[in-house]
Amino acid sequence: MTDGFKVGYPQALLYYKYFPLWETFFNRLGVEVVLSGPTNKALLNLGTVEAENELCLPVKVFYGHLLALADKVDAIFIPRMVSVEKSAYTCPKFMGLPDMARATETRLPPIMDPTINWKLGWRQYVKTIIELGSQFTDNKAKILGAYHAGVQSLHQYQDKIRAGATPIDIIESKEAPRAGVADLRIGLAGHPYNIYDKYISMNLIKRLREMGTDVVTAEMIPHSELEKESQTLPKHLFWTFEREVVGTVFHWSRRNSVDGIIYVLAFPCGPDSLIQSLLEHEMRRERSTVPMMSLVIDEHSAEGGFLTRIEAFVDMLSRKKKLAGRVAN
Amino acid sequence: MLMTFPQMGHVEQLIGDILERLDIDYMPPPRTTAKTLALGTKHAPEFSCLPLKLNIGNFIEAMEAGADTLLMAGGKGPCRFGYYAELEGRVLRDAGYDFTMVTIEPPSMGIAKFVRPIKRISGKSTRQIWRALKEGFPKARGFDMLEKRVLETRCFELKLGETTKAHKEAMATLVKAKTPAEVEGAIEAGMRLIDAVPCDREQPVLKIGIVGEFFILLEPFVNFDIEEWLGNRGVLVSRSVYITDWIGPTSKNPVAGTSDAELTELARPYLGHFVGGEGVPSVAHTMLYANEGFDGVVHMFPFTCMPDTIAKAIIPRVSRDYDIPVIHFTIDEQTGKAGVVTRLEAFVDLLVSRRRAKRAVNG
Repeated sequence: MTDGFKVGYPQALLYYKYFPLWETFFNRLGVEVVLSGPTNKALLNLGTVEAENELCLPVKVFYGHLLALADKVDAIFIPRMVSVEKSAYTCPKFMGLPDMARATETRLPPIMDPTINWKLGWRQYVKTIIELGSQFTDNKAKILGAYHAGVQSLHQYQDKIRAGATPIDIIESKEAPRAGVADLRIGLAGHPYNIYDKYISMNLIKRLREMGTDVVTAEMIPHSELEKESQTLPKHLFWTFEREVVGTVFHWSRRNSVDGIIYVLAFPCGPDSLIQSLLEHEMRRERSTVPMMSLVIDEHSAEGGFLTRIEAFVDMLSRKKKLAGRVAN
Repeated sequence: MLMTFPQMGHVEQLIGDILERLDIDYMPPPRTTAKTLALGTKHAPEFSCLPLKLNIGNFIEAMEAGADTLLMAGGKGPCRFGYYAELEGRVLRDAGYDFTMVTIEPPSMGIAKFVRPIKRISGKSTRQIWRALKEGFPKARGFDMLEKRVLETRCFELKLGETTKAHKEAMATLVKAKTPAEVEGAIEAGMRLIDAVPCDREQPVLKIGIVGEFFILLEPFVNFDIEEWLGNRGVLVSRSVYITDWIGPTSKNPVAGTSDAELTELARPYLGHFVGGEGVPSVAHTMLYANEGFDGVVHMFPFTCMPDTIAKAIIPRVSRDYDIPVIHFTIDEQTGKAGVVTRLEAFVDLLVSRRRAKRAVNG
């Protein structure tokens, strides 16, 4: 049944984290993967109209991508991401994503929704992968081989990011700009689907680079390092992706390794609403000297106001740096 | 040491009773008012959910009145509630308050995390704590049972307000009960008192089920006392969550009458995995109410609540498939009573005419 079978993959949410894995996996099984394409105004409008209006911006964007795929594919791949590690969940929205997709007014092709839940252990995980693959082949070794190849693609992708490229650079197969040449180094914290989506982040990374700054993100820091930093919180944080944000900000602020941090969060993200306040408190308590600015984005964000704030922040950082240089000399 | 805890429905009587059994000095915060909400909104993160804001408001008002130890429940996610205590402590410290925070984690995170904080604060042994909980729990369940009986009675009462009066009296008796025998007697007496309210049980009533997020359903200040409002207009109200079902040692939910396992199974075609909070129960109870022939369902939850926003995205499909009208109320600090009441009146009118139309069709 794999001949000409097309699986749709929404280019939103965890796309930026796991896409190479699933693309390789499906391709090895002879299945074509069709992307919904980058977010644009039409997609966002589609999503905003279709989605429940109190959902967060990235999920509304996701709805837009779903609708874009509706009549182009034989099935849409929406894994139910419950947890990607033993001790934490992803986010409730990811846990209910396939169900929300099924409840849309628009008729969608069948949804493939394997439950990814590392809390249940690796045996269950292997079972899930085999179940997913057996829709296309009876050969278990082939399925596991395809998965293995997928993991290798994912690792290559992660290596490239760690070397300084952003997922956008990789998707557009551009060379990453050489790090360490700019005067200012800005840490960009926040969920990959907010900061790497060029449309909803209003091309933030490119703009920052054009202002002559180096941009670093969470994915460029070894994961074990993030883990170690976030473990300094008295209570274990039970959301994986928020723990990454916390670990990233701590990593930069405690080492003074960036000149400033921009924290991008989407309205009304549940976990981030608490994390923002938590980070501000902790940085104040630790007397961190790294300035942090939070940028809240939603479907009404206007480019003008956004740009003004970024420019002001970058100006402030460079003035601060010059001043510090003068004092040191 | 003077301990305090957040307000939510009759939690004041419930926790107060356990603390008395453990000889801990406590002072409940003043009942939640607009001032509490204003205080909470001022200090809490902007788009955090309403319960967090009210918790903070409650704590501030209690500390202004002399409390110095804050009791709070923990949790392990994925709902934000599990990190409330951590955040509330930080927000209040930033606001300049000095206090001790006692966080009780659910026993499922390890018995030690549950018992140790209580031991430290009360100086009691594990056995004494066990006994306090064991004897306090049936009393807590009694409050829930009384509430449930009140909901089933109010819509039939002949004189407006009689059921509410009986409820208050029954509560007052139960609050004073201590020993298991006294508690049992007080619950029975309370039930008799409510049953004795003059009623016309033959009159036809509308039946409305209330589903949604826990805190909003239990705290009359934020749900605008919707149960009493509906009951006074002759609507039989059924609520899907009760506090002892939630904190109880089993997931059988004896007061509401359905087990978590049943709810999960029922909701599966629409919501195939738990999403924290009341996500699955909200979907499942909507289906249950439809099956039980209710006229409509009211779904209430705080703005930005993750699990119930998911439920809200899914319930319209349930409503269509099961042919049951559902009205959603998203509550935040901007919500006004007049707006809620107007919508609710329209909803009740709709249900009345819907019933008439059905009767006309069925003869």
